[in-house]
Amino acid sequence: MSEIICSDLCKTFQQGDEVITGLNKVSLKITRGEFLCLSGPSGSGKTTLLNALGGLDTPDSGEIQVGDYRLDQLSKGELADMRLHNIGFVFQAYNLVPVLSARENVEFVMQVQGVSAAERRQRSDAVLAEVGLAGLETRLPAELSGGQQQRVAVARAIVSKPELVLADEPTANLDSKSAAQLMDLFVELNVERGITFVIATHDIRVMGYARRLIRMQDGVVVSDEQQEPHAMDV
Amino acid sequence: MRGAVATVMVLAWRNLWRNYRRTLIMLAAITVGIWAMIFMAAMMRGMTDQIIENTLNTLPGEVQLHHLDYRRDPSVVNRMPAPSAALREALAAPPAVAWAARVRVPAVVASERDSRGVVLLGIDPQREAALGSLPEKIIEGRFLEGIDDRGVVLGASLARRLETGLGKRVVLMSQDPDNNVADRGARVVGIYKARLQGTEDVFVYSGLAVTQGMLGVGSDVSEIAVTADDYRLMGDWYQPIARVAGAGVEVLPWPQLDNFLDSLLRVQDGFSLVFMVVIFLALSFGLVNTLVMAVFERIREIGLMQALGMRPGLILAQVLVESIYLLCLGLLLGNVSAWLTIKPLESGIDISAVAQGVEKMAMGTTLYPALVVQDMVMSTIVVLGLGLLASLLPAWRAARLDPIRALSRH
Repeated sequence: MSEIICSDLCKTFQQGDEVITGLNKVSLKITRGEFLCLSGPSGSGKTTLLNALGGLDTPDSGEIQVGDYRLDQLSKGELADMRLHNIGFVFQAYNLVPVLSARENVEFVMQVQGVSAAERRQRSDAVLAEVGLAGLETRLPAELSGGQQQRVAVARAIVSKPELVLADEPTANLDSKSAAQLMDLFVELNVERGITFVIATHDIRVMGYARRLIRMQDGVVVSDEQQEPHAMDV
Repeated sequence: MRGAVATVMVLAWRNLWRNYRRTLIMLAAITVGIWAMIFMAAMMRGMTDQIIENTLNTLPGEVQLHHLDYRRDPSVVNRMPAPSAALREALAAPPAVAWAARVRVPAVVASERDSRGVVLLGIDPQREAALGSLPEKIIEGRFLEGIDDRGVVLGASLARRLETGLGKRVVLMSQDPDNNVADRGARVVGIYKARLQGTEDVFVYSGLAVTQGMLGVGSDVSEIAVTADDYRLMGDWYQPIARVAGAGVEVLPWPQLDNFLDSLLRVQDGFSLVFMVVIFLALSFGLVNTLVMAVFERIREIGLMQALGMRPGLILAQVLVESIYLLCLGLLLGNVSAWLTIKPLESGIDISAVAQGVEKMAMGTTLYPALVVQDMVMSTIVVLGLGLLASLLPAWRAARLDPIRALSRH
């Protein structure tokens, strides 16, 4: 998956009698290894764009090329396969499966991919250690703190070695310290593994980590700038 | 693919116990439903068995051999020779367990007070005993002791009607092969009691050789009855007997001898199936509700799994597997509890207090529930088939969820 190209993406939502514009002719190109933040107020279209990039939502018009895939032309099943093998997701509300342990949550994607049990165990334990959760592998999500749960979600997102991680408000439910640790982890993964990160956020501290910052408003990209990243001041 | 299937199975099992109280309630309902299906089927089968066995025991036998015209005209004219050595060998071959040749003709029995039309059975008591066709109970006197016994044994009801009794003489009359009256006087040596009053009124027992002598038929007989272990396993085991018996002899299994009994068995199977389907249809509403609630509570999770790349087919499979676990547990518990409750009752349930007049239906006042594998298999098929069908709706709804909407659900 070398790059992502969006051309003239449009998406509207019907809310009662009102038509809300999610995306309005959004075009952008994201190259491999970028660390990019989508920012803007609520309703600006950043989550809609993120969902479209992840193949979770289909635009009304326009094209999305993610690596070799034309997402706007794939079926539901093909989109599921594309997500399974190429994209890691980190959500605002952690979204772990409550009946699975930390290790089983991390193994989940690999299990659906058909990775052998031994390899799953080895990779999940390694990645849990990498995100600082060694020794907590058998704990259920309810037995972990918010920060630890989000780390499990990150471990799950990166364990199958995706080239792209999409994160939607990943620090929204975290305290400052946990948020800083999470962002440091993202940067580390970006630098060391070359994973492309696209993060939707309206947290100004998170935006500071980005090397590229795209501001959106009313479904339109209003600015697209390169910047010098700086860590969160905790 | 194996990994995905394993994931689905693990998730389904753990999800089943997330709301264990709801699962246990549903499991209890399914268990009771399955128990009821099998228990009622066992009771009905017990009744049917009794009707069939009682009827076969008065005919008796599961296979009968007759002259080709005997069933149309059961007179002495339509008789056949005593079984040859080859036929005896065929009659004794497994699964046949016993056989008896008899003379069976319409006759009149007269006392000094009254006379009645009856069926005169000239029998070999030893062979009939092996066949299981002797009267249920001798209440006065004795039964016949051999084929040369010159006495007669009457049913209690017939004896009352004739106003005769033990030790008194009666006259037996029938026709010989030349259509002349054949008769003889005989002393009543025994009075029998049968399950059915109709049996007591109709059948009069006399020694085989004595009856053959009275009718002047030499060693010829009217009927040969054969029995095997289980009337349900009729199959075609009687075909070798038919081949040896030859073209002039009709060899028929009981379903053809008595169409009513055969129909009764079929009706019972059909009724059991309908009963099982009705019970499970009622249960399936609860099952659907349980699964719909389970899906409703996990909408976010299902959306997450879809977002992570789980195909809709696997989501559908997950809900169906959850349902299968529930149904299989219910089947296990239902079958075991049915077995545990029916087995002790197989020695008989006294229903005399609530079943007056059942003997007219060829039933006794003791009901013997019969637990048969066929009913357990049928209930399993009904439960799994209808259960999966009922689970398809919630499973399909789960698979069709839009991941974005599901993930934003609070």
